[in-house]
Amino acid sequence: MFLAPMLIVLGAVALFPLGQTIWFGFTDASLNNIDAARFVGLRNYIEWLDYGNDQGEWLGLLADDRWWRAVRNTVWFAVVSVSFETLFGLIIALVLNAKFPGRAVVRTLVLVPWAIPTVVSAKMWGWMLHDQFGIINDMLIKLGLIATPIAWTASADTAMAAVMMVDIWKTTPFMALLILAGLQMIPDDIYEAARLDGINPVRVFRKVTLPLVMPALLVGVVFRGLDALRVFDIVYVLTPNTDATRTMSVYARENLFDYDKFAYGSAASTLLFLIVALITIGFIYLTRMDLEGKETD
Amino acid sequence: MRIAKIAGFYALVAIILAQALFPFYYAVLTSLESGQAIFDVNYLPKVIDLSNYRAAFEDGVFGRQILNSVFVSTVVVIVSLGFAVTASYALARVPFRGRGKILLLILSVSMFPQIAVLSGLFALIRAMGLFNSLWSLVFSYMIFTLPFTVWVLTTFMRKLPKEIEEAAIMDGAAPLTIIRRVFLPLLWPALVTTGLLAFIHAWNEFLFALTFMSTDTQRTVPVAIALISGASEFEIPWGSIMAASVIVTLPLIALVLVFQRKIISGLTAGAVKG
Amino acid sequence: MAKVELNQICKSFGKARVVTDVDLSLEKGEFVVFVGPSGCGKSTLLRMIAGLEDITSGKLRIGGEDMTEALPAARGVSMVFQSYALYPHMTVRENMSFGLEQAKLARSEIAARVEDAARMLKIEDLLERKPRALSGGQRQRVAIGRAITRKPRVFLFDEPLSNLDAALRGETRVEIARLHARLAGTTMIYVTHDQVEAMTLADRIVVLNGGHVEQVGTPLDLYERPASRFVAGFIGSPRMNFIAGEPAAARGAAEYGIRPEHLSLSSEGRGWPGRVLLTEDLGSDTYVHVETAQSETPLVVRTPGQMRIGAGDTVCVAPDESRAHLFDAEGRPFARAPEAE
Repeated sequence: MFLAPMLIVLGAVALFPLGQTIWFGFTDASLNNIDAARFVGLRNYIEWLDYGNDQGEWLGLLADDRWWRAVRNTVWFAVVSVSFETLFGLIIALVLNAKFPGRAVVRTLVLVPWAIPTVVSAKMWGWMLHDQFGIINDMLIKLGLIATPIAWTASADTAMAAVMMVDIWKTTPFMALLILAGLQMIPDDIYEAARLDGINPVRVFRKVTLPLVMPALLVGVVFRGLDALRVFDIVYVLTPNTDATRTMSVYARENLFDYDKFAYGSAASTLLFLIVALITIGFIYLTRMDLEGKETD
Repeated sequence: MRIAKIAGFYALVAIILAQALFPFYYAVLTSLESGQAIFDVNYLPKVIDLSNYRAAFEDGVFGRQILNSVFVSTVVVIVSLGFAVTASYALARVPFRGRGKILLLILSVSMFPQIAVLSGLFALIRAMGLFNSLWSLVFSYMIFTLPFTVWVLTTFMRKLPKEIEEAAIMDGAAPLTIIRRVFLPLLWPALVTTGLLAFIHAWNEFLFALTFMSTDTQRTVPVAIALISGASEFEIPWGSIMAASVIVTLPLIALVLVFQRKIISGLTAGAVKG
Repeated sequence: MAKVELNQICKSFGKARVVTDVDLSLEKGEFVVFVGPSGCGKSTLLRMIAGLEDITSGKLRIGGEDMTEALPAARGVSMVFQSYALYPHMTVRENMSFGLEQAKLARSEIAARVEDAARMLKIEDLLERKPRALSGGQRQRVAIGRAITRKPRVFLFDEPLSNLDAALRGETRVEIARLHARLAGTTMIYVTHDQVEAMTLADRIVVLNGGHVEQVGTPLDLYERPASRFVAGFIGSPRMNFIAGEPAAARGAAEYGIRPEHLSLSSEGRGWPGRVLLTEDLGSDTYVHVETAQSETPLVVRTPGQMRIGAGDTVCVAPDESRAHLFDAEGRPFARAPEAE
């Protein structure tokens, strides 16, 4: 059958490794002897280490402060980034939806941030946000908004903001396009009817445009939200080894390869997978996506 | 009052354009400076100095790395499209039970966090002896190229009119022939779109490339740029980094600008339909 | 040899029964039209003959051979689709050759057949064009040409004229009739919802309703001796007048049917008195809608030529009793009893 080869490859490249990762999370595997891993149960997740004499401590992922810090970082990152991306994307989409000369050119150029490789974006912004020679600091000082240069990527307070900035910059075009597609599906005559009725444009937006574009918007938000939870590249390249920006993916990788806690890292990866999976399943049930193709378009 | 509105609108457009283009412009600017000039903040080009670009290729590795990226991205796209076309034919035109569930399963794979399969894939690739080989990337990139290409192509396949397929059946064509001579020519734009998007995604990929390649000559471009370091620990060669970045980005920007219509329709087709 | 036999054909989609117990025997070279309202199963029946739909139960025989399970290409049938279904990326010539290439015919043979068909349909100078450069009528002819080249035993037409405008429809209808004459010996099965096409093209008509056959017969048969109230109301334009009131009861029937062309108007007392509601003046005929006491709905009377009658006028409507039809409560016709009038 036509389907089989593709499914086999997909299974090999996705399902099997996922299973392996989950398995590793239950073992004591280490980078040097992966094959000799032994089953250790939930030890990586949670374990009570008894010191004797009624004292002890909880060990394991679920008791690890750094892990929960990573979770908080990731969620915070996702919420803030996606909110801004949606907001800016909406604004850009509304602008692009209006007819003005040069619209096609603008629409093309707006895509540029999305076209730039993530790593390159991180480097570019890293340079622009440089504490001594960065142009952002220079601009802010010239505009009188700050007095001394900010160490964007080094300082714990601003590191997360820096990461978010890059992500928002890079992904807003994608959201804008998605929302634009949704906007363009709204028939023109609705707007003309509203104009004939003399309705104030802000009300038109709130009562007509927004509800009609909501489906496309929601799709974008969910897709981007799930992406944001998995973020790795930007954080790793822009602000490596920074507590304030360590996301779940970064945390997992550090354990897997940098700290030689392979099993621990696998457990962390599994948890991340579960979180994403739960949200995805929840969303699918909520919208009951039609995949059988029985409905006509 | 109207003039103020129009002026405000165009000011907004200008801001949008500026924020989109400035970072890259600045990167180009920086790449054209060298030595001390880099550390002076300037907004307009003062000098045009190509020494960074020359230096980027001097050690010969960068050129090799670009080729690595080209190789991996191209091969992944071709192989994925091959698998995806036949798979999407089955998913779109052949009714069978559980079809919706399989489609759902395929889609859900694209939701996997890369890190979640990383350790498993790492073990698998080592076992297959592909560690530090470009083929490890070709293999592992399928995890995101396959779901995406299958999804988009299935959507496009569904749209092809049933009657043309029936006419071909009446003409006695076997399914493979139908795909090859009737559907493929009609799907051409969709193939270009998905191919492009998959290419860009593969080109940009970082985590797998970082983990599965251990020598510089085998590395791909994103990892190479991330790892550029200077002579000492504290000296970051920003000029070289910017030059390398510009080299790597220009083809992508060119691709996106030329094919922007197709890319936009591909992106939104995948998402809005879902 | 191209006799088509359908034996107790049934078709279900899941639990929904779409076609029930169809028995038909079509002679070689006949032009048969399947006609009926939307959803009556006529297209499904055609597609089962073509092999595009599975036959749930029953047997299909073409030329004496059992084709119930056979692949479409093995049945010796060709189909002209409603939307032509031309391959958009191929030229007309390639469209017409595709099926022959699949059948692995020699190149010279393919070229010859394409030329012949093109000449027959007068599309020789369109051979190198692509479908998007053709008009609707031209595309239709290419679709027919594609079907001809395969030299089928049975030609299937699935509502081929519905996408054409009225003028083109008339012309193409005539061409199809001529085609049938030229390709003597080829059975043609034609599906339409337009009873005018049915009446003009068919040797025999199969009227379908709700998945089963209401009546099979020549056009004239159906017109003069409809086997059910449904057929009586379906065939003939404008539609037969059905009166459920006094004229029916007086003759012991549930409904009294009389075609508009069998009613005449007079200003004297002959017939049922009534008032004109409106007239539709077509130039060649006039349709007069008359309100009468005998019938709940207005009667439509068709008179030749033009009538100097306007809305509000008082007239008398006289039926030609010899052409009246009577139907019982189940819609079955019965022999006309001597009129009470």
